[in-house]
Amino acid sequence: MANLALVSAMTAATETSSDAESSTGFFGWLFGSDGFHAPTVDEFFPPALLFEGTIFEFNRIELARVIAAVVLMLLVWLVVRNAKLVPGRGQGAFEFLLDFVRFQIVEQVMSPENAKRFLPFLTTVFLAILAFNITGVIPFINMAGTSLIGLPIVMAVWIYVLYLGVGVKQHGLGGYLKLSLFPAGVPKGIYVLLTPIEFLQVFILRPATLALRLCANMMAGHLLLVLCFAATQYFFFEAAGFMKSMGAVTFAAGFAFTLFEIFVAALQAYVFVMLSSVYINMAIEEEH
Amino acid sequence: MTALSLVVAAEEHGESSANPLIPAPYDILWSLIIFTIIVVVFMKVLLPKMQAILDERAEKIEGGLKKAEEAQSEAAAALEEYTAQLTEARAEAARIREDARSEATAIVSDSRTTASDDAQRIVETAHKQIEAERQQAIVSLRAEVGTLATELASRIVGESLADDARQQRIIDSFLDDLEASVNDKQKAEG
Repeated sequence: MANLALVSAMTAATETSSDAESSTGFFGWLFGSDGFHAPTVDEFFPPALLFEGTIFEFNRIELARVIAAVVLMLLVWLVVRNAKLVPGRGQGAFEFLLDFVRFQIVEQVMSPENAKRFLPFLTTVFLAILAFNITGVIPFINMAGTSLIGLPIVMAVWIYVLYLGVGVKQHGLGGYLKLSLFPAGVPKGIYVLLTPIEFLQVFILRPATLALRLCANMMAGHLLLVLCFAATQYFFFEAAGFMKSMGAVTFAAGFAFTLFEIFVAALQAYVFVMLSSVYINMAIEEEH
Repeated sequence: MTALSLVVAAEEHGESSANPLIPAPYDILWSLIIFTIIVVVFMKVLLPKMQAILDERAEKIEGGLKKAEEAQSEAAAALEEYTAQLTEARAEAARIREDARSEATAIVSDSRTTASDDAQRIVETAHKQIEAERQQAIVSLRAEVGTLATELASRIVGESLADDARQQRIIDSFLDDLEASVNDKQKAEG
């Protein structure tokens, strides 16, 4: 569903961005007004706030990330600082999240010993992605930290290095390559086909899909929300007569998509950590 | 910020990096910094602290369970002991009661024996006394009756029966006859 939304939003975005100057694109045609500006990919390249043009360029998406990170660490610190044997409300909620990652994700995939080894990192990744995703629906931030590809790439590469590292450590370089590229139990001739596919899979597709899936979902969500609220704004304040009532429809859609984005924020965190667990587990297991 | 300036800014920016799938260097840099900080803070500080609490709780619960188990086994042992003691006490009470009963029986029979012995002894003593008195009476009677009879006979006959040996013989035979007649009379009555 999220992917469907992505496709439609991307189509809309590319169509409008290609005709942005003339404002006679898809939405221009639909609403027939100069007052409406559909969101474009440029949403994700906001003007710099600091250090423009340098590698330290700091814009509002970076700010959203910093806020998300600080708030996340602060909240967890508040919980941990007052952690008691008998948990209160906040600690109960936090422990629910920890238990969710442990029992619903990591221990579903790995053996308990391996789960214990990787659980702290995977829990951190889960909470971080959740925090970065949820900023997409927080008022005044309204931009998911993960909707700019850099952060998903950093996290995916981290996971990539991690699973390659533990794989090589477990089986040795040759052993890991053999395990990954030449899976056991296949007739020799098939390796001609299978090995390139496995190579692509292990060394390129896994990290790439991890990063792209997360980023694309959050981008699509942001574009959908902006679209709904921009349209609502336009209908209520610029459109005339009957068209004003259309604003109620787009506002309801915006409301629904906000709820949906909260769900997607959690879902994408779940998917990312679940797949990371699977990849790590594949690297350390004897056979797969 | 007006829509126009937004568009201008977007154009200025968008031309250079319009593809959202190619990361800008600053994007990677900031992401790496922020994510590294989060990972370090969580893995070095926050999660270990939380883990310590969770471990402590697990330990406490396990300890509590163990303690409860111990208490239960202790209680079971105590109950067993009490039951044993109770049984013993009951047995002892029964024994004491039995002892008391038999003792009482013994006392009663003892006193009964003593009483009957006493009674018998008293009766015997009485019998002996009576016999002794009777003998004494017989002896004194014999002597006196002899003297009286002799004196009577002397007065009647008018002569003194001087020969004591003869006198004594007569008296004895008289008394023997008398005694025999009394005995016969008694036998006839009895």
